[in-house]
Amino acid sequence: MRVSRTAIFYCALVLVLVPAPFFLNAYWLDVLDSIGIYAILGLSLNIILGHAGLFNLGHAAFYAVGAYTAAILNTQFDIPMLWLLPVCGLTAGLFALIVVRPIIKLRGDYLCIVTVGVGEIVRIALVNNVFGLTGGSNGILGIQRLHLFGLVIRRPMHFFFFIWAFVALTVFLFTRLERSRFGRALNYLREDEVAAEGSGINTAHYKLAAFVIGAAWAGMAGNIYAAKMTVIAPESFSFWESVVIFALVILGGAGSIPGVLLGSFVIIGLPELFRGFASARMLVFGLAMIVMMIFRNQGILPAHPRPYFLDVLPENALQPESTSGSPAAEPVAKEPS
Amino acid sequence: MSLLSIQGLTKRFGGLVAVKGVSFEVKAGSIVGLIGPNGAGKTTVFNLITGIYRPDEGQIQFQGDSIAGLPTHRIVARGIARTFQTIRLFQNLSVLENVLAGRHCRMKSGVLGAMLRTPLERREERTALAAAVQALEFVRLRGEAENLAKNLSYGNQRLLEVARALASQPQLVVLDEPAGGMNEQETASLISLIRAMQKQGVTVLLIEHDMSLVMRVCEKIVVLEYGCKIAEGTPAEIKSDKEVIRAYLGAEQED
Amino acid sequence: MEQFFQQLINGLAVGAIYALIALGYTMVYGVLKLINFAHGDLFTCGAYLGLTLVSTFAITERAGSALGFVILVVLVMALVAFLGAVLERTAYRPLRQSPRLSAVVSALGASIVLQNSLMLIYGARYLVFPQDIIPSIPIRVFGLYIPLLRIVIFGISLGMMVGLYLFIQKTRIGTAIRAAAIDQGAARLMGINVDRVILVVFLVGPALGGSAGLLIGLQYGQVNFLMGWSYGLKAFTAAVLGGIGNIPGAMIGGLLLGVIESLGSAYISTAWKDAISFCVLILVLIARPTGILGERVAEKV
Repeated sequence: MRVSRTAIFYCALVLVLVPAPFFLNAYWLDVLDSIGIYAILGLSLNIILGHAGLFNLGHAAFYAVGAYTAAILNTQFDIPMLWLLPVCGLTAGLFALIVVRPIIKLRGDYLCIVTVGVGEIVRIALVNNVFGLTGGSNGILGIQRLHLFGLVIRRPMHFFFFIWAFVALTVFLFTRLERSRFGRALNYLREDEVAAEGSGINTAHYKLAAFVIGAAWAGMAGNIYAAKMTVIAPESFSFWESVVIFALVILGGAGSIPGVLLGSFVIIGLPELFRGFASARMLVFGLAMIVMMIFRNQGILPAHPRPYFLDVLPENALQPESTSGSPAAEPVAKEPS
Repeated sequence: MSLLSIQGLTKRFGGLVAVKGVSFEVKAGSIVGLIGPNGAGKTTVFNLITGIYRPDEGQIQFQGDSIAGLPTHRIVARGIARTFQTIRLFQNLSVLENVLAGRHCRMKSGVLGAMLRTPLERREERTALAAAVQALEFVRLRGEAENLAKNLSYGNQRLLEVARALASQPQLVVLDEPAGGMNEQETASLISLIRAMQKQGVTVLLIEHDMSLVMRVCEKIVVLEYGCKIAEGTPAEIKSDKEVIRAYLGAEQED
Repeated sequence: MEQFFQQLINGLAVGAIYALIALGYTMVYGVLKLINFAHGDLFTCGAYLGLTLVSTFAITERAGSALGFVILVVLVMALVAFLGAVLERTAYRPLRQSPRLSAVVSALGASIVLQNSLMLIYGARYLVFPQDIIPSIPIRVFGLYIPLLRIVIFGISLGMMVGLYLFIQKTRIGTAIRAAAIDQGAARLMGINVDRVILVVFLVGPALGGSAGLLIGLQYGQVNFLMGWSYGLKAFTAAVLGGIGNIPGAMIGGLLLGVIESLGSAYISTAWKDAISFCVLILVLIARPTGILGERVAEKV
């Protein structure tokens, strides 16, 4: 039986996480909660950056749209936070669709710049209390907690299970997505856009789809964040937030789900261990980024090619096999036009 | 019985007229060669046919429908697949995944199908894999399936591009210098591959500089020079055409 | 009407600063195809170094006002140029052969390092920049009163831009830079020492950016380790507006952006000033991604 590296990683992760609530105090559980939220954000950016290869440095904008949607609808209309979870995903996804569509044909570097610009415009709009809804630089207070089957999710321990269950679900769904036609299309697009288009892939559609899915998940992460903090403000959704998420994807291993998870542990968790050196932490982070790129730019846990199990293929998938084995004898069936 | 029909095709890039009033037909089931000195506009014609460029003037009809101006991926879905002059493989992906790219347009499942692994999605994946493997076997690269594309030899990389094109079950395959960089033996293999493709009912349109290959495998040859068509006919006719000889003056003689 | 001209002058003054910073971005992008995210922080370094030279080393007091000022500008430019060269050597040169994404991440990392180094050395609070180096006499120009300081700053910026333009157009190394920006491989084959070209770019660009930092410190009287962020992004917008990689484009883009921002903030809203710049950026990228003076480069298939 082939035991893959990925399986080992997940087992290790589960072994570390499951006992955690029973051994760690509230502070460290809260750290794990943060790691979990960043893991969701990282996984969502991974679709855009890791798989589709699009340099998105404005991911915090989608995060913000989700968080603020939840905050506004919850504080103004008393809609329960849990119900808002899919709503936030939809809003963020829709936002991405509207904003990214006009710029989808831009070449890599230019797209990168525009994402930075979008992130900034969203933040400025939030600070300026656009439509009178966003509460300006003070943000929005009094967001309610998530209610799940009558249980109020309030303490770090509660959040721990909720967040990591969500992470597990995300990992499960995104792993399937990776290994599908959709996932392959994103990879082709990343490797060589012209060749992808020339092979029959609608590159504009898939670029947009990558953004929408990534945005939707970031939006849901925003909802969870809002419920956890009960207060949100524009400064949590700055450019540097986008940089942190970007860094954890790249340093962890772009395109690799275990890599992104490990990345969030390292980028978010490690500085917590060095709380004492507050100001130097960021400096070390910056240095780490430079050093990692020079010495191991594929990330700590890079993606590796997916194994295909060809021996279980149906024998007569297209046409009966012929005995001779020369090219002419094995027909490539024609699609009727 | 024309599978592909080009009439009065013209394309300008700023002041340069790359292709001017080119017209020719490709009959279904035939093997047609497009030749000409460097800069004649051959790849531009291919890029026009496959939707990478939009023609400024002229018509392109495929199976009776106009395809000029359609985006490339739609043209592929209609049944025209291509290879590239400079090899454009997905270098960091496996050989098998490269071929699966060609299969993409014959599949339908999207995000939901992937996340939920619907029966349709699973069936599609199995069929796609089988078709990809068959395409690989057709070009005799089955053994390299798990290898990364960048690790293949140059000649094999060209074959892989052909396999990727074939995976989409096209009616017409457009090959841009498929023998580029190949030695005698590899070229001979390529010729039998092209003939095998024809036997499967695939029509082939190719650009080539290797005259021996062109003369041996093509039924009809179209000759371009500076963007205009200067001759069209069977290999025997082209060999003795005065215009063609003049255009190629100084070029390597066919042996 | 007078207000319009006042805003126009303000816009040009700010725009000249943006242009100086934008030149750094555009030169680096032209040659390396890299967005130097750390450039804005080099601008900040210029401001802080200027502050240190003035307050700690009292340059302007010792050498007399005018001469001291000149020495100040030259020293700041030299120091920041040195920093630029160090930056290139440590964070970018090792990644020349790596995929572009690595260089982007490294640039972001370098930006974080510079910013936080400044914060650790100088503290996080706003520091006061002495305002008495150039007397603030208002000069009457075409019926408007413009402070002498602003005229000096504008004059210096303009002078540097003209100097750079001549440098790029008329000197050998300038031509080498232009060649390397068009096609690095071909330039190398023509015998151009591309490593030296890149070094020069990372000396000149940061020097200009650093001088802009000094000028801004003089203009507004305060410095902070985050100031590079906003100016950097605006200057980058200006570079893209003019055509990224195009040197006259960066100058025009800077001036234009300054004017748009100034008029926009006066006639539309001050709070949304920054957002206006980004909207301009996005519109330009959608309508004409190669910028005002940029050329369309088609990719060969």
